[in-house]
Amino acid sequence: MSAGVQLENANPVIFQRSGERLPTASEEDGDVHDPIDDREIFDLIRSINDPEHPLSLEELNVVEQVRVQVNDPESTVSVEFTPTIPHCSMATLIGLSIKVKLLRSLPDRFKIDVHITPGTHASEEAVNKQLGDKERVAAALENSSLLEVVNQCLSSRTI
Amino acid sequence: MKEALAEVQRISAHPDSRCWFVSWSPNGALLASCGGDKAIRIWGREGDLWVCKTVLQDGHQRTVRKVAWSPCGNYLASASFDATTCIWKKKNDDFESLTVLEGHENEVKCVAWAPSGNLLATCSRDKSVWVWEVDEDEEYECVTVLNSHTQDVKHVAWHPTKELLASASYDNNICIYKEDDDDWECQATLQGHTSTVWSLCFDAAGERMASCSDDRTVKIWKEYPSDSGQGVFLVDSDLSWKCVCTLSGYHGRTVYDVAWCQLTGALATASGDDAVRVFKEDVTASPDEPVFSLVAQVTRAHNQDVNCVSWNPKEAGLLASCSDNGEIAIWRFKEED
Repeated sequence: MSAGVQLENANPVIFQRSGERLPTASEEDGDVHDPIDDREIFDLIRSINDPEHPLSLEELNVVEQVRVQVNDPESTVSVEFTPTIPHCSMATLIGLSIKVKLLRSLPDRFKIDVHITPGTHASEEAVNKQLGDKERVAAALENSSLLEVVNQCLSSRTI
Repeated sequence: MKEALAEVQRISAHPDSRCWFVSWSPNGALLASCGGDKAIRIWGREGDLWVCKTVLQDGHQRTVRKVAWSPCGNYLASASFDATTCIWKKKNDDFESLTVLEGHENEVKCVAWAPSGNLLATCSRDKSVWVWEVDEDEEYECVTVLNSHTQDVKHVAWHPTKELLASASYDNNICIYKEDDDDWECQATLQGHTSTVWSLCFDAAGERMASCSDDRTVKIWKEYPSDSGQGVFLVDSDLSWKCVCTLSGYHGRTVYDVAWCQLTGALATASGDDAVRVFKEDVTASPDEPVFSLVAQVTRAHNQDVNCVSWNPKEAGLLASCSDNGEIAIWRFKEED
């Protein structure tokens, strides 16, 4: 964000990033089936950039590993995210970025649901409905300017 | 199970993309499909197999969401996220672009021809439903813009015999429109679904309608003309629709489409849980309290969401479905002999 633009949440609380995940012995064994787990999903989304601050969604506590539920045999992933303020106008964009990151990263068999953590946003129901409507998501991703913003959130940060 | 769905053929119809919709031509000989690759493909039978006859590629700039055949089978209409509707004219084995209907502010979600072939309806994320009139010179003129919904309109469908139009919306409601004194009006708003209504269709007689929703249910609505009830009602609308049956507990995710076979009365559904299901009505139940039972299902009909199901209008039991993985599957629904 350039200087002079009024930020919605000028002083967000910043959280410690989690450490790198250490692979277990069974994960390094190529003969063992290794289901996708919560931490793997969390690793995919924790480094997504916040659209407003030069911080990751993990650093703003927008995403947390405990709010990721994956069921590999059932091929379902559910992620709840917590906007930093209840009137955050970026909530849909953040949710869309999480959804797009998971759609691009996971095998096609997965059903991906992205929701706002209950009780943390004024327009929770409307945002959830929009994120759950695949036709709207598909149309949004054909909009080149919106796609560019999403891709910025998903790009690796230049430090 | 006495009934079963047998796979006839599986086609990679829109590779690396999504197949959003399939539609049989009125004589059942051709199947049109459309998808995220901006293309429309026309499939025809050669021997035992369905093969691609032609690809219509340059009509749209964005996803083609739905396609519809005119009742005569000589025209095809396509609705696209690029905010336009294309009308294609069949010339021998090929199709040429006849005209482009513009006016919607953003994504056109559905297009449907009235049974007469003289009217066409379109609907959009701009919350409106447009009715277009076609004259002898193949000119299209918008005759009305209906703004009865408060959110995107997902689907439009015409009554099989009357000039009665139904629309389904993200606002969870269904609207029924009729021409009255040269003016199109919303005659009824059907409330009942608790989330987006994705699709709807009429039965062969046009007395009932089936709708499907993000609330994971299918609802059956029956028309009750107000003069048939107890006493006379002084109301503006001369008909009302009541929900007489709700199919819940069968679908694990959103129900994206519902199709009522005009030949057999079987009801097929397409769901985000990857399954295709067929329901049949218990003929002994009261028409005011119909009972539908699940008679066949393929739980992994596709390995991604199933977006559409369509019964062949001439060959009873022949069903086409399509999926987010770009595939079309052709099924044969077999009933007990």
